[in-house]
Amino acid sequence: MKPCAFQLYTPSTLEDALEALWELTEEGRSVKVLAGGQSLIPVLNMRLATPDVLIDLNELDSDLNFISPDTNHIKIGALTRHYQLETSPLISKNVPIITEAERLIGHVAIRSRGTLGGSLAHADPSAELPLVASLLNARMTLQSKHATRTIPAAEFFLAYLMTSMEPTEILTEITIPTLPGRSGQSIQEFALRHGDFAIAVAGAQVTMDEDGCISDARLTLGGVGGTPLDMSASLAPLVGSRPLPEDIERLMKEICQDLEPDGDIHADSAYRKDLAITLSTRALVDGLQKVKDS
Amino acid sequence: MRRQEDPTLLRGTATFVADLTVPRMVEAVVVRSMYAHARIDAIDTMATSSLSGVVAVITAADLPEGVGPIPMRLSSSPELVQALQHPLARDRVRYVGEPIAVIVAQSRYLAEDAASTLRVDYSPLPAMASVDTAMASAPLFEGLTANHVYHRHHQKGLGSEAVAAAPRRLKMHFSIQRHTGMPLETRGLLAVPEAERLTVYGPTKVVFFNRRLLSDLLKVPLEHIHYVEVAVGGGFGIRGEFYPEDYLIPFLAQRLQTPVRWIEDRMEHFQAANHSREQHHEVEVGFDDMGHVMGLADHIWVDTGAYIRTHGVTVPELTQAMLPGPYDWAALDTELHVVLTNKTPTGTYRGPGRFEGTFVRERLMDSIAATLHLDPLVVRQRNLLQATQLPYSNGLKALGHEVELDSGNYPAALLRASNLMESETISQRKSEALHTGHLRGLGFAFVVEKSGLGPYEDARLVLQDDGTVACFTGLADLGQGTGTMLATVVSKELGVDRDRIHVIYGDTDRVAEGFGTFASRGTVVGGSAAYLASAELKRRIVAVLSDVIGNGAKMVMHPSGIKVSGRTRTVSYREVLHRAETQKVPLDVTQRFTATAMTYPYGVHACEVDVSPETGAVHIVRYGVVYDVGKAINLDMVRDQIMGGVAQGIGGAVLEQLVYDETGQLQTGTFMDYLIPGMCEVPDIEVVVTEDAPAPSNPMGVKGAGEGGAVGVAPALANAIADAISAPPEAFTTLPIRPQDILRWIRLGLEHRPRGDEAE
Ligand SMILES: Cc1cc2nc3c(=O)[nH]c(=O)nc-3n(C[C@H](O)[C@H](O)[C@H](O)COP(=O)(O)OP(=O)(O)OC[C@H]3O[C@@H](n4cnc5c(N)ncnc54)[C@H](O)[C@@H]3O)c2cc1C
Repeated sequence: MKPCAFQLYTPSTLEDALEALWELTEEGRSVKVLAGGQSLIPVLNMRLATPDVLIDLNELDSDLNFISPDTNHIKIGALTRHYQLETSPLISKNVPIITEAERLIGHVAIRSRGTLGGSLAHADPSAELPLVASLLNARMTLQSKHATRTIPAAEFFLAYLMTSMEPTEILTEITIPTLPGRSGQSIQEFALRHGDFAIAVAGAQVTMDEDGCISDARLTLGGVGGTPLDMSASLAPLVGSRPLPEDIERLMKEICQDLEPDGDIHADSAYRKDLAITLSTRALVDGLQKVKDS
Repeated sequence: MRRQEDPTLLRGTATFVADLTVPRMVEAVVVRSMYAHARIDAIDTMATSSLSGVVAVITAADLPEGVGPIPMRLSSSPELVQALQHPLARDRVRYVGEPIAVIVAQSRYLAEDAASTLRVDYSPLPAMASVDTAMASAPLFEGLTANHVYHRHHQKGLGSEAVAAAPRRLKMHFSIQRHTGMPLETRGLLAVPEAERLTVYGPTKVVFFNRRLLSDLLKVPLEHIHYVEVAVGGGFGIRGEFYPEDYLIPFLAQRLQTPVRWIEDRMEHFQAANHSREQHHEVEVGFDDMGHVMGLADHIWVDTGAYIRTHGVTVPELTQAMLPGPYDWAALDTELHVVLTNKTPTGTYRGPGRFEGTFVRERLMDSIAATLHLDPLVVRQRNLLQATQLPYSNGLKALGHEVELDSGNYPAALLRASNLMESETISQRKSEALHTGHLRGLGFAFVVEKSGLGPYEDARLVLQDDGTVACFTGLADLGQGTGTMLATVVSKELGVDRDRIHVIYGDTDRVAEGFGTFASRGTVVGGSAAYLASAELKRRIVAVLSDVIGNGAKMVMHPSGIKVSGRTRTVSYREVLHRAETQKVPLDVTQRFTATAMTYPYGVHACEVDVSPETGAVHIVRYGVVYDVGKAINLDMVRDQIMGGVAQGIGGAVLEQLVYDETGQLQTGTFMDYLIPGMCEVPDIEVVVTEDAPAPSNPMGVKGAGEGGAVGVAPALANAIADAISAPPEAFTTLPIRPQDILRWIRLGLEHRPRGDEAE
């Protein structure tokens, strides 16, 4: 379990990193960028990936590690560590679901190294942050030496462990809308052990109007498909109503009917589907409760 | 009580084999089969050998003529000899992970690079990844007529006729999944040649046996092999046995005349170290309306993997021998079937055979209770052997000894566990839990263990002139606290501070012989030897000082010298030793304790759980163990042993599994998929250690404590879960029990339960 030989490049500016990534890729060398290493290093050690060059982003804190609020949204640098998000008052105030999500990710050691950008770029379908990014339709800023583009989460996650990033691009910044007024967010997951990747996970955001009826509801499911699944369009029946938990559960049974999650040794397809119903009900009910409580 | 071993371990200053480096050391990587079953047509080592940094590449063809398979250490049986494993596969591989070649290079990195260039031409053969496939396939070895390599039938009383004649019967099928010990530290060896001697660092558990075996295989005199134990990150039965690498690494060091180190990596460990536990039981039990058991019939099918390793058929024989447990069976009819398959070979893992058998028996007791709508505690009480029935022989043999349950008060243990868990008021707690949306359940499991396997152990005590005592033992320490245990025994008997007893072990140049640390034997056999040696040393000191001590006076061994009651002068140790020398009474004492029988600790596991009716998730609310060890030398260490065992038992009950696909590929070969319990999965464990039933067969009355913590968890948890969801008798017979299984039984129950039943 030792990695193949690779060259390590540790740039000290984002510009240098982008330059190197461009040049090396052009030369036909296989390149990987290294963030927290919590997913990449095991992959290298097991020789599942054998890049020629690693570009280490860890010296780029001044460019890529930040949490800066703006009107209606918050911008987060890709190199921001899980623990920074977990403990940031700005985050818990403006995007509380991220605080909740972070507590579900691995253990302290993993959260002190792993990064937001790494989690999104790795694109594990049962990971919490890709789910949150999809739920809130976060926008990803991708930079290469020659261009910068910003795309919504829906266009970023393509398939299991696959994104629409080009080999010459680095994910630099994530823009996430802040919690609207009279809204509540919730993330609910089920894992076999504390800190494991979830077997299934649901994220929800509900907004109420002044009369206490739902004016907007969003729901994303993880662990039941190759990417986080956006179920928001199916929540139309809830809009304009004051649903009871039973009503929500009934609707969830209906909308999860057609899911066809893959089973594996830890959970078969039927169980994942069952969990999707339970967890999405819990997430919506909890989201509603938070609006009522505030 | 503080353990002598802990300061270095906790400060991170202990030396493990991977911490050792010596000049000129090279590193080895074992190349392993990618196929579960294949012919090896050719191995081309040319390209690999010529890579820079590569020191040597060896295959079976490079081993000395006639080197031979690795023999059995325990439970040897002639029919099994055909299926022993050679250090390297010659022309056929039989499991994924089987060693084919060893590459030695200047670094582990280079060796791994080189390994990926080795060309092995395989012709894949059909893989037998289950007992059923193996039973229908041609034998894996020439000289065998079938893959069914071993069979043992045991009948007591009328056997299955008694079952057939019983007024009530239950037929059930149990499956215990393949899983195994996961020491924090994987295996590793460093072999250093010096002139004609070879020093090997890293052996453990059964150091003297392994050394003898290595000397046989290398064909060098025993004195030329020096084994040194270093700190070990856990053994659990699987570590310290003689594996192919235990020959290959010393062989390479000897051949290359340079130090060779091999450190197993975790992915190798999953494929290479012994697996354990995989069994299927086809059980039928007969009983009456009161729940009295009348007979038990069981076909035990064992997937033993591709080769027979050092344990022979120890594990399944222990299952068969210990299956009857604490109950008074008038009739038994058990048949053991051991079958070879294309999976990693198996061996012992903490509580070998009993983890499996205890699950079957104790889940069965609850199933009987559920069938009759009786309290499972009542059914157990009605069947337990009474204290007056002991000693009681169940007519079976385990590890060559007849199973004679030596002493115990089983009903008292059950009662104590019931009180501990407040089972009287469980229904109240059930309704409280219901208010928070949980299903509460309480489950019990009775455990009978064995310990103290012989043949014997020596202890040598030497009084030093500073009043400290050196204690030499042939036991090993794999984290159990062997040193603390022996120091405690000696300290108590001699009245010397524990810190002044220096235990010396783990070096074959300093200790002559020993049978090792396994099967919960250390305290019983090695501890008893230390006890006898202490008594003898004390007797000799008294004799040496007889003119000073006189009749009836007491002596106390102070750090500064020996004080005698009624006198002011202390006798210095220098003087004591001087007197001993002139009187020709050596204060260097060796005593042997020979075990005439095994001794049987016992106890009860109990747990209370909350089950989520929405997800099937289980939360352990309370976990209690009542365990009788006859006499505890060190109460804290007994408790800790039980707790560690329970943690592993939880893994086996609900998480861990080594899953193979039908081509014989291991699906759970990393810690991503093989789930071991972490801090958050292990609850507080309440341990009540009792000393109701001292062992009659050793001077201190001690019984072993190493394994009882692991063996009772699966049935206690299964029974608690079944109680929580009012599952039918046939539920939860397959391990591990996963939330999805629980949810399935909950849903089935809701479909079938007549309305209004809940109010019952
Ligand atoms: C034991 C364990 C448990 C875990 N449990 C969870 C869990 O419950 N939930 C969860 O979500 N995660 C979990 N993780 C993963 C963890 O969250 C990682 O931090 C995350 O998956 C990857 O982040 P990283 O910064 O470590 O990325 P790295 O490992 O450094 O990189 C991962 C991938 O992303 C690429 N990459 C990284 N940064 C960028 C960037 N800025 N631009 C482009 N590409 C980039 C890399 O090239 C690589 O392909 C766990 C990890 C471990 C070891």
